[in-house]
Amino acid sequence: MNSGNTVLEVKGLKKYFPVCAGVMRHVVDHIKAVDGIDFKIGLGEVVGMVGESGCGKSTAGRAAIRLIEPTAGEVSFQGRNLLALSSSELKEIRTQIQMVFQDPYSSLNPRRTVGDSIGEALVYHGKVQSRKDGDEVVASVLEQVGMSSDAMNRYPHEFSGGQQQRICIGRAIALEPKLIVCDEAVSALDVSVQAQILNLLDELKTTLGLSYLFISHDLSVVRYLCDRVLVLYYGKVVESGSTEELFNNPQHPYTQKLLSAIPKSHPNRVST
Amino acid sequence: MTDDVVLDVDHLVTKLRIGEEAFKVVDGLSFRLRRGKTLALVGESGCGKSMTALSLLRILPQPPALPPEGAVQYRGRDLLKVSEREMRKIRGAQLAMIFQDPMSALNPVYTVGSQLMEVAQLHLGLYGDDALERVILALEEVGISFPEKRIHDYPHQLSGGMKQRVMIAMALMCEPEVLIADEPTTALDVTVQAQVLGLMRQLQQRKGMAILLITHDMGVVAEMADDVVIMYATQAVEWGSVYDIFDRKSHPYTVGLFKSLPNVQRSQGALQPIKGNVPPITRLPGGCRFHPRCPKVMEQCKQLIPSSFALDEPQHEVKCWLYET
Repeated sequence: MNSGNTVLEVKGLKKYFPVCAGVMRHVVDHIKAVDGIDFKIGLGEVVGMVGESGCGKSTAGRAAIRLIEPTAGEVSFQGRNLLALSSSELKEIRTQIQMVFQDPYSSLNPRRTVGDSIGEALVYHGKVQSRKDGDEVVASVLEQVGMSSDAMNRYPHEFSGGQQQRICIGRAIALEPKLIVCDEAVSALDVSVQAQILNLLDELKTTLGLSYLFISHDLSVVRYLCDRVLVLYYGKVVESGSTEELFNNPQHPYTQKLLSAIPKSHPNRVST
Repeated sequence: MTDDVVLDVDHLVTKLRIGEEAFKVVDGLSFRLRRGKTLALVGESGCGKSMTALSLLRILPQPPALPPEGAVQYRGRDLLKVSEREMRKIRGAQLAMIFQDPMSALNPVYTVGSQLMEVAQLHLGLYGDDALERVILALEEVGISFPEKRIHDYPHQLSGGMKQRVMIAMALMCEPEVLIADEPTTALDVTVQAQVLGLMRQLQQRKGMAILLITHDMGVVAEMADDVVIMYATQAVEWGSVYDIFDRKSHPYTVGLFKSLPNVQRSQGALQPIKGNVPPITRLPGGCRFHPRCPKVMEQCKQLIPSSFALDEPQHEVKCWLYET
């Protein structure tokens, strides 16, 4: 893959959290949440990050887009070094990178209307002059995520979990980003709604030319959506490769163990 | 066949009172639990599956819930009619429950040992060293290493899988005839889930208890269940053996549920989700509950509540007008 097609490139990313002890709160040790991982996300590519809870996948996702400051490593986003940017440059580049979280209800402000939640970023980043001017953009964004435009005057609690997640996705695509980091974005949803959201993400990828970093513990969802997969274990990538290859022919013992732990899909079938 | 039935639930109705109105959250549910078998109650959130579990044990939050109606036959007695005093003896000893979130189901300010000891004292009449011995044995059974050390731990010192094991140990200490497991592995990682499911199966074989497994995960159903009841919007829509459900699924909702599932064994085309959303209990549609989302909706579905129709296999029934005979 040449660098022109690479959206995000991460090299040797590390994030250590200090462990303090004693009256003076000396740093006695570090928790190596992310311990030197490398990956690339190409244009229009969906990279899955899987692992069990506590393996550092969320921390890796956040550190990779500098939502939390990495301890070490290199991150380049569309050829620009993300870690060297000043805060004003970072603010500008933030429009290109968005995030969707696990629990849609807690990531929407309950006291603001859906229109305000989606439109705020437009005003903040100077895409429109005032909230009123943004209404048109908000309406078209809501349509893109499969909701009617009159949703913008309503509050998050009036919507079901699936609709709230659509709103969160709408908020993410409102600024026309290049990369969306989905941190367990479908884990809190029921299967019938989860399938709707997965199809929506897949559709938006094509229509808007997005790339995703898709963090999930659900291997079947990862297999469905992702082009390439990274398997994390204790802050390190133990295996990575194309989805087909990794699921059909896992090399690392941990990946094999992870895949064999998936419940079988039919009562007759012996799980692989 | 009927001798095997441990728990016979007949037309269970549970209502919640919201404001001046009462809404049904479980509507006319019937099923039978058999000795040594697992029945899975499957459905999406808000379909009433957890409310069913709470109704069986009579631990519904009252208010807002109203006393459940219908009949729950256990050893010739109707559990919904016995006195609270008697129910306290049955609950935990003969009907035990495992909850979804082990962290909030264990008391954070007592050690797991003292919480397990309480069960031994209450239901088994064991005290002191006898109780301690029984607790250690129970923890050993669920595969916890160094149980004599672990009993001094508080819940927060244990991992999620360990806590769920403690919950299982607590539920199984009195060797219950019926184990109700409400999403026992939803909060756990897949590798830990596999361990916990394996443990439940193993203990079931050894003790012959009946398991009521409440889940939304078809993978867990495939691993564990003998019989399946599919619930949608407070009602059972299809029930039968696990093979009936996986190989001969008939209700459009069951079919839609399976089509929404991404498959991990092979890659596939686009998912075909069920359109629309689950209706809230305050605004359930008339006629068949599923008709606004059903791809095969007919005129009569909008008006008439379907009765259950038997399909070819014995015990496989579906509540859908498509199968009217």
